Amino acid sequence: MSVTLRGGGSAEPTGSVRWRRRFTSEGATAWLFSAPAVLLLVAFMVIPFILAFYFSFTNERLISPRPTEWVGLRNYTRIWEDPVFWTSLGNNIVFSVVVVPLQTAFALLLAMLVNQKLRGVTVFRTIFFMPITVIMAAVSVIWIVLLNPQGLINAFMEIVTFGNFTPDWLGDPQYALIAIMLVSIWASVGFQMVILLAALQDVPVTLYEAARLDGANTWQQFRNVTLPGIRNQLLFVLTITTILSFRLFDQVWIMPDRPGGPLDSTRTLMVDIVDTGVFDGNIGRGSALSVVFLAIVLVITFAQRRLIKQEGDVR
Amino acid sequence: MSASAVTSRTQTRDAEAARAREILARQQRRSRAIAYLVLILLAVFFLFPIVFMFVGSFKTDTSVIADSGSLKAFVPEPFVGLENYQQAAERGNFWTSFRNSVIISGVIVGVGLIVNSLFGYALARLRFRGKSLLLAFVVALIIVPFETLAVPLLLIMSELRWTNTLHAQFLPFLAQPLYIFLFYSFFLGLPKELEEAARIDGAGAATVFLRIAAPLAKPAYAAAGILMFLYSWGQFLWPVMITRTVDVRPLPMGIAEFQGLPPTQWGDIMAYAALMVIPLLIVFIIFQRQFVQGVATSGLKG
Repeated sequence: MSVTLRGGGSAEPTGSVRWRRRFTSEGATAWLFSAPAVLLLVAFMVIPFILAFYFSFTNERLISPRPTEWVGLRNYTRIWEDPVFWTSLGNNIVFSVVVVPLQTAFALLLAMLVNQKLRGVTVFRTIFFMPITVIMAAVSVIWIVLLNPQGLINAFMEIVTFGNFTPDWLGDPQYALIAIMLVSIWASVGFQMVILLAALQDVPVTLYEAARLDGANTWQQFRNVTLPGIRNQLLFVLTITTILSFRLFDQVWIMPDRPGGPLDSTRTLMVDIVDTGVFDGNIGRGSALSVVFLAIVLVITFAQRRLIKQEGDVR
Repeated sequence: MSASAVTSRTQTRDAEAARAREILARQQRRSRAIAYLVLILLAVFFLFPIVFMFVGSFKTDTSVIADSGSLKAFVPEPFVGLENYQQAAERGNFWTSFRNSVIISGVIVGVGLIVNSLFGYALARLRFRGKSLLLAFVVALIIVPFETLAVPLLLIMSELRWTNTLHAQFLPFLAQPLYIFLFYSFFLGLPKELEEAARIDGAGAATVFLRIAAPLAKPAYAAAGILMFLYSWGQFLWPVMITRTVDVRPLPMGIAEFQGLPPTQWGDIMAYAALMVIPLLIVFIIFQRQFVQGVATSGLKG
């Protein structure tokens, strides 16, 4: 405080000249600091972003001797009429409707378990988080073996269901998406766990003490102290898990015999985008799909923002 | 009321309290035992695929599948030593992909840390025109997922004749709004006094950043660096889109290709998986606290 005052005082007489020199040199440094990131962002985010919208109204192709033509909404109407698009979107929706609540609840359970005062509990936190460090591509190939009809998962199913239910997980269109769900939860629940764990640790202990003094049991404490205390992070986890589930790609590309198979039962929007944009070379339609994808992500994000704001208004 | 009655009453009260304490302790012991049981079962659930991978990497190719339905899956027999690892290196071109991944992740982490922290610092501390606009721009870009940009980006790369190169795989990931914002909020949270004192002593903005702000921001660098490494090492979508040949493919593409390459030899594939996972596991075990914190802070923007 005194330092700033002294600085301001000594600058007073010579005044604006020195001030301006410092200001402009600071401005120059600031731009020097910002320029690399800004240029990279413009080149690799802003321009592709604008192009995504532009191309979605054209017949742009990856490799084509013909000139690009404006086609209006044709890409979008074709997508709308394409059953494969609806299958993909449907798979994404089914996946997120099942996985988001399940994985979030599981993550919360794990976070609460490792938030206890128990000896060696950090070891368990480490173990629950470990799948995050196994790259999804590696996870996928490991689980191909575990999920094969004679694999460990079916050995377990045989015991649990007395041999009544041992499907060919990845080969049967009925069960492939369920298998992908299992793998996805195993691989990424640790991520949600650490976010919720941080949230749990921020809930003041005094609140629990007060609740206990009021005679609240464990469930009441969970309902009335824990849940409201971590509400925003919980909403954040729900949002990010929903968005991640719409980005589903690696597992469904690697695990089935062919990407998105069998019979498109694990085909997702991202598989559709890659198939259309890369392998068909149809940049126009691929871009339109990307715009649709962005719209979905934005809707989810803004829904979360509104929910959080509402909470702010109430209080 | 006699003195003896009072003492006897306190005695019974003491006895009751002791009994209550004992019951509580017993309950506590039981609930602790249950907690450990649940924790151990969950640990088994999270560990068995990883153990399966490591064990499988030391077994013959046929027995990986043949034993995959019983507990023999966790016994490294018949043991083949490092043969699978040799095969993964030779047949699967492991080291080529490893080199590519090291270059791609190395550049993303190295350059990314510099570029993003410089911009984050400028936004947090320096006065210049257009700052608030730039900040709004960065925040807006956080929600744009890479998936939306991938298709037009592919066309750009193709026009530049950059498809199937290494630099096409790191250039789009150097500047990232999330990390810029992470640095921005970290620098904003640092106490200003030290930097101001240095400024008054005549140090320029660059010196102040290098000598004072950056060293104080080590936790932010650790968190961002770890996240950059984690996500770039595992990146799969973009390599699928932009690589065509083995010589530029990173590890995740490498293992996907290797797995589809007949004859499928599972021992070799498990060895490949183990080799590509080990660097991350090592980083994770050494920097565990920063690792977990980094992932948790990446969730703080909510």
